[in-house]
Amino acid sequence: MMTKIRKFIQSPGAASFLASVASICIGLIFGYILLAFINPSMSLYGLGKILFAGASTTEKFAKVLYQAAPLMLTGLSVGFAFKTGLFNIGASGQYTMGAFFALYAGIILKSPWWVALLAAMLGGAIWGAFPGVCKALFNVNEVITSIMFNWIGLFAVNLTLSNIPLILDRVSANRTVNLAAVNKSAMIPKWGLDTLFGSSFMNISILITAAAAILMFIILNKTTFGYELKACGFNRNASIYAGINAKRNIVLSMVISGALAGLGGGIYYLSGTAQFTIVKSILAMGFNGIPVALLATSNPVGIIFSSLFVSYIQVGGEAMQPEFAKEVIDIIISVIIYLAAFSLLLKGLINRLLTWQNTKRDKVFAAGSTSVGDGQQNPQVGAATANKSESDGVTK
Amino acid sequence: MIILANIMSATIIFAIPLLVVALGGMFSERSGTINIALEGIMIIGALFSCLYLNSVSVSGWGAANPLLAMFFAILIAGLSGLIFSLLLALASVSLKADQTIGGTALNMFAPAFAIVLTWAIQGQGQTTIIIPTWVRISQSIFGLTPSKTPGFLETFFFKDFFLTTPIVLLLLAITVFVIYKTKFGLRLRSCGEHPQAADSVGINVYALRYTGVAISGCLGGIGGLAFTVAAGSGFQSTVAGYGFFALAVMIFGNWKPMRIFGAALFFALFKVIGSYSASLPFLPSFTGIKNSDYIYQMLPYIVTMVVLVFTSKKSRAPKAEGIPYDKSTR
Repeated sequence: MMTKIRKFIQSPGAASFLASVASICIGLIFGYILLAFINPSMSLYGLGKILFAGASTTEKFAKVLYQAAPLMLTGLSVGFAFKTGLFNIGASGQYTMGAFFALYAGIILKSPWWVALLAAMLGGAIWGAFPGVCKALFNVNEVITSIMFNWIGLFAVNLTLSNIPLILDRVSANRTVNLAAVNKSAMIPKWGLDTLFGSSFMNISILITAAAAILMFIILNKTTFGYELKACGFNRNASIYAGINAKRNIVLSMVISGALAGLGGGIYYLSGTAQFTIVKSILAMGFNGIPVALLATSNPVGIIFSSLFVSYIQVGGEAMQPEFAKEVIDIIISVIIYLAAFSLLLKGLINRLLTWQNTKRDKVFAAGSTSVGDGQQNPQVGAATANKSESDGVTK
Repeated sequence: MIILANIMSATIIFAIPLLVVALGGMFSERSGTINIALEGIMIIGALFSCLYLNSVSVSGWGAANPLLAMFFAILIAGLSGLIFSLLLALASVSLKADQTIGGTALNMFAPAFAIVLTWAIQGQGQTTIIIPTWVRISQSIFGLTPSKTPGFLETFFFKDFFLTTPIVLLLLAITVFVIYKTKFGLRLRSCGEHPQAADSVGINVYALRYTGVAISGCLGGIGGLAFTVAAGSGFQSTVAGYGFFALAVMIFGNWKPMRIFGAALFFALFKVIGSYSASLPFLPSFTGIKNSDYIYQMLPYIVTMVVLVFTSKKSRAPKAEGIPYDKSTR
């Protein structure tokens, strides 16, 4: 039993999990120090709001889930592209496109919700295809293309929306019409979850997105296609040498990534509680997918949890207004992401701590009889640490 | 003619932040570190320099010595950007982390920090730091009197003339010299192309990468101030994506200073056409379409994309950029 637990702790997944938890704790402490610096007397109140507001009532928790759904999808979008070695900073544009396609399908074409969601994926996929094609065929850096297409997408959607009078609200012409008033069937079903949580925000979107995350996990880890994508991400030249069509994989990866972000846009605006507003700056939801993906080291299942966490403390941040600006949350998240850069260091530290305990145990065991499992385990770990310290010695 | 002068003046004022930030990005990438944090660095530079400008404006010293105050503001912008960028260098050079991670963290940190600090200093909900009017260089500084109907040259020079403009142009000249004519420039470029080879002849790759990132931070911070004075509405904890545009300009300019200058002017021109579209008589006006100005606002991005598609086959990024240097790979 003990060996099992120790094996688990020593696995690389657990080490990165522990490193993430450590980063989160340090980030929260940093946030608390910041709060104490701004307003010492209210700082504990602020921290309490950050930590507990999201779970204080079922209604607040419904809000957490409601915001986590699109966040999870943009996070998956960014994470999926990361796995192929692409940095999809254009999730925002794809998200906007997805929202537009979904609303067009729902409001103008009167289609049911699942058709509208498919339309959202189509819109995002088209917008993701541009950076992919530009990268694969013309060698244009995907970061630049995605940034450009964020803005092109935003302005194109604004332009199109302004010229479809039916899609706009009669009273204020810069937002879309309330979905509930024109086509109830396009709203994402609630399956009674809204009464369960006592919140109109609640619908099945979180279930859809979690399913998408698990699907991504299966594609990446259990299929040839996913293997090829990851191979391209690790070393493009090696994958080409191995006979993988890297260009096709780049385009496909961006298309899937775009479809995920588009689905996020669809899911958010088909909830019936949000209306798309014509704005002049690109939507933040796409950018927030980047920290979500980084926090989970692009692991689809990890993204489920990281998006829930980010959404949770964001709800906490809103609750601590007006005493503190809710941007404190962004600072905390950014500190956590920055510490992710230290994760290698942290992992090394955790490993060293564990091996140190091991060697201590070994000495005890060496006096008596040693179990076979331990005997096999330890030289490996010891070798790993030796390697690590050796490379440390060289680099410093 | 006056319209032309207006357009030219606006083009230059918008090209200046793009130019200096893209040059900053170039220093960093030429040394082998992708600096995606330029947006955040710009915000930090703008934040501290605007706070400074505001404080000397309140004390009255600024209005009495506008050029000197602006000069100090530029120094502060550069210095704060430099210090902030060291966080990126620490993560991506010393700790060998993925360079986009550190950059993204800084990009997220900067605007939030700016908002929190502005609130803390100016009081709740006060999100704009107002830029004093004396920051603009007026005719009176040169002993001229503004004419009632300014002519072509007067409009061109004095419509939006800030100290940042000549300083950034000077920095461009210095950059060209440093990158191509000095030992430091050669070493910096070698670290971006083949750090192992550079190391083998005794160049300290880590120190040079730190320097590259620090220079980019300094230029990025100055760019933040240049953008804020150009935008004219005060500092609102944002630079409207200019850090990312600057990255595009840098790639468009193929990591070469003079080409970056051209690319910045090109991008700024289309940007200005986009925002002045309503007042330009020679542009088609699309009368049947509502909010047709969005068409022109899309223009700079579409044009840049088209140009990139046609030129990127030949584009050559520094070969080792984005890869943390590890001595054991030598």
